[in-house]
Amino acid sequence: MIKRILSLVFLISALFSSAQETVSSPQMADGFRSEGKIYVVITVIAMIFIALVVFLIVLERKVNKLEKQINNK
Amino acid sequence: MKNWYKIFSVIFILYTLVWGLLNPVPRLDILNETIRNVYYHVPIWFAMLGMMTVSLIHSLLALTKNNITNDTKAYNAALVGFFFSLPGLTTGSIWAKYTWGTWWTFQDPKLNGVAISILIYLAYFILRFSVDDEMKRARISAVYNVFAFVMMNVFIMILPRLTDSLHPGNGGNPAFAQYDMDNNMRMVFYPAVIGWILFSFWLFNIKNRISFIKNKLND
Repeated sequence: MIKRILSLVFLISALFSSAQETVSSPQMADGFRSEGKIYVVITVIAMIFIALVVFLIVLERKVNKLEKQINNK
Repeated sequence: MKNWYKIFSVIFILYTLVWGLLNPVPRLDILNETIRNVYYHVPIWFAMLGMMTVSLIHSLLALTKNNITNDTKAYNAALVGFFFSLPGLTTGSIWAKYTWGTWWTFQDPKLNGVAISILIYLAYFILRFSVDDEMKRARISAVYNVFAFVMMNVFIMILPRLTDSLHPGNGGNPAFAQYDMDNNMRMVFYPAVIGWILFSFWLFNIKNRISFIKNKLND
């Protein structure tokens, strides 16, 4: 009798346990975002873009100067 | 303030560079974090399409007005558009490698269409170099440009929707709802589109002024 009850208990307990996490959500860079210094990456990207824009502005100024020189001729 | 659109483009793009990496996105299998590419890869193509539309308008103006200036502008716009298609292609290829599993697939009509469209516009540039007479060049290349624009739209907007495409929003149901975007993503995606289109106008503007200086020097 005890054997049967024990085996039943083990059987039922096996139903509620699982070796792996069954509820899975698609992998996202959560750790990366919380403490992975993502802000550094964002700053780097932003700096590169700002550098490009500054270059573009300088280029435009030069074009401006050339335009003025040509119009004065 | 005639430079307002340049300032707006920089503000919008900076905002998307920062918030595009931080904001929450839908958790989807296979795509995972690469869904954020929507903020960077897609607007580049929108800018390219915008520039090609500008090029078409100037080509039509060149035809109706018999105007060399419009022809030069059409050429510059096509050049800027072409310039945008290159990062568009490479970023798409990289994205495809990590989600579809291949750098390039000939199964997808959009990829083939884009490749053909780029060749069509390359032919436009070559056509321009092959005609010496200015007026003749303006008219021939304007007519060709109208065909090029129509062909591009057939290849990258219409055909992918008629058949099955790996790209979202294609294969029967064209809509932004197909992008798996939620409102969080739209908050970044739309400014990105506007920002990059304005940015392409900035490049177009500089290109035009350089051509103008060149023309003046040649006279």
